[in-house]
Amino acid sequence: MLTIGGGLWLYLGHKIPASALGNVGVPMAMTLAQKLWDAHVVRSAPGEPDLLYVDLHLVHEVTSPQAFEGLRLSGRRVRRPDLTLATMDHNVPTRGGARAADELSRKQMEVLAENCRREGIPLHQIGSRRQGIVHVIGPELGLTQPGMLIVCGDSHTSTHGAFGALAFGIGTSEVELVLATQCLPQTRALDLAVTVDGELPLGVTAKDVVLGLIGRTGISLGQGHLVEYRGSTIRGLSMEGRMTICNMSIEWGAKAGMVAPDDTTFAYLERRPHAPRGSSWNVAVDRWRSLATDADAVFDREIRLDAGTLEPHITWGTNPGQVAPVTGRVPEPRSDTDARALRYMDLRPGTALADIAIDRVFIGSCTNARLEDLRAAARVIAGKQVHPKVRAMVVPGSTTVKRAAEDEGLDAIFKAAGFEWRSAGCSMCLGMNPDILAPGERCASTSNRNFEGRQGAGGRTHLMSPPMAAAAAVTGHLVDVRELL
Amino acid sequence: MDPVKRVTGRMAPLDRADVDTDQIIPKQFLKRIERTGYGPFLFYDWRGGADFALDRPEHKGASVLVTGANFGCGSSREHAPWAIRDAGYRAIVAPSFADIFRANCYKTGLLAVTLPDSQVRHLIDLASEDPAARITVDLEAQEVRGEGFAYRFHIDAFARECLLGGLDEIALVERHEPSIAAYETRRAAWLPTVK
Repeated sequence: MLTIGGGLWLYLGHKIPASALGNVGVPMAMTLAQKLWDAHVVRSAPGEPDLLYVDLHLVHEVTSPQAFEGLRLSGRRVRRPDLTLATMDHNVPTRGGARAADELSRKQMEVLAENCRREGIPLHQIGSRRQGIVHVIGPELGLTQPGMLIVCGDSHTSTHGAFGALAFGIGTSEVELVLATQCLPQTRALDLAVTVDGELPLGVTAKDVVLGLIGRTGISLGQGHLVEYRGSTIRGLSMEGRMTICNMSIEWGAKAGMVAPDDTTFAYLERRPHAPRGSSWNVAVDRWRSLATDADAVFDREIRLDAGTLEPHITWGTNPGQVAPVTGRVPEPRSDTDARALRYMDLRPGTALADIAIDRVFIGSCTNARLEDLRAAARVIAGKQVHPKVRAMVVPGSTTVKRAAEDEGLDAIFKAAGFEWRSAGCSMCLGMNPDILAPGERCASTSNRNFEGRQGAGGRTHLMSPPMAAAAAVTGHLVDVRELL
Repeated sequence: MDPVKRVTGRMAPLDRADVDTDQIIPKQFLKRIERTGYGPFLFYDWRGGADFALDRPEHKGASVLVTGANFGCGSSREHAPWAIRDAGYRAIVAPSFADIFRANCYKTGLLAVTLPDSQVRHLIDLASEDPAARITVDLEAQEVRGEGFAYRFHIDAFARECLLGGLDEIALVERHEPSIAAYETRRAAWLPTVK
């Protein structure tokens, strides 16, 4: 075992080959990831990647036009439009409808609509009642189910792993390949277990678990690994919390992140529009229960994290690994990357994080814009006002989330506090629509990336949980939400 | 895709680790529906900066980008390798790449090659000290070589075969149609469809 940070352990294990186990006929213990992988192998041959079958292909406007064009040029059609779902999310305006979009964005949305019409792919377009961020609508429609292989031309596809699915992002050429064949050649990845045990302290959320994890691992340790999040803390999380953690798997380089399905998963899925019904439900649940990692399965690597040591976290730099507990200070740079990040963020080492004033607050994104996230933020701001120097907005993850939030009056709480209440989309997570930071503006954001310019050229992003962002909106600076609870 | 066997040319050094795809091609350029024309927008927000080596005249026309670890982290946008290719680069050498970015490079015909830190450091220093130095990234021999050095690299065998042969991966998968059809008959009936 190797210590790589407070409360975190890394274990480099060695897998025992099946042949060494002796007892022929006794099935080898397998991980969740191995079971998911094996269940999707269409064809396997020595020296070649496995050919995997895709159960659900999610499509959005930004990474698909060139793929559809490629199909057209080669005279191919979409093999399984019934396993392909499209939505508009990345560049949709969050107020004013499609007309508010710039010309190129509008064109991109029109091209998606035309491609979907021609190929018979259902599309949740802007203005429709199911439209939303691709990683929010899959689960809420019940299309994201345990045991499935799900891909999308988007790196945050790992979100769907929260259901015990194998889900990962692909590039546009691979989107074209999946549209044409419903398959994807893939080289088997390694297994990595992240075990989080213990009770989450007050004010500490799933976002803090994953930010705390990335702060300890750095942003590339997960490369080439299928990560399974396990342990009592993960078991105790809602599906929303599990999605937040799986969502950010890519932020430490992992190929995919997943959680074994359990009663929490089944309760979330039951009676969703696309969930199995009647006797099929029982058959499905039996199958889903069998997916969990076997007791004596061995991972290639293991990381342990003690939830009891976690605090609310905030990023101070320009990648998600440049993160610290909110009670901490801006650190001394330890590398050129750190020094460059501090220059970009206009921060001096030694400054207390809680002393940093902010201009904007963004509550949204596929990481943290589900109903539970909005509820948690609303609890913090109820009866309070957004600081006069701060402009704050809530962008629900989907139109369904927006409607549900309005049904329980969350919109009224946000609006009364001075938040803008917008329509669903990716919005200021990546600033492809009109919602962007001005150069130099500093934002408390519930999104997933704090890269330079991510939320607008010259903009400065601090990542945190929804309650932490809500607290910052009220106080006008980064603040420990526990002071407001 | 045209076959790619080797790339010979000058290097452009980008001595930074963890370069993310938002820097390689910022989001405002992802609204185009074409596969080409992204070259002018490569590293858009970094261009013109005093410390940005790729702008220097001596590195114009370079065909190999040499850079730091975890290159291409972040989003899945294939626009990133498209922009690098459109700007004239044919190979990237780094200590490591983000998984999706590397896969996208191969599909784009860009040679993304990993070498140990010390060897990449040598290349970055060489490119800075002698911008006219030429190297060859040889996919057939799995070797990066220049005057006085030859570094072996490992690359996924299947990706190498596809690049060397300029193979159409969709056509390769379509050859397995019987296996795909057979798999589809085995899929559970209760699995969801979007209809």
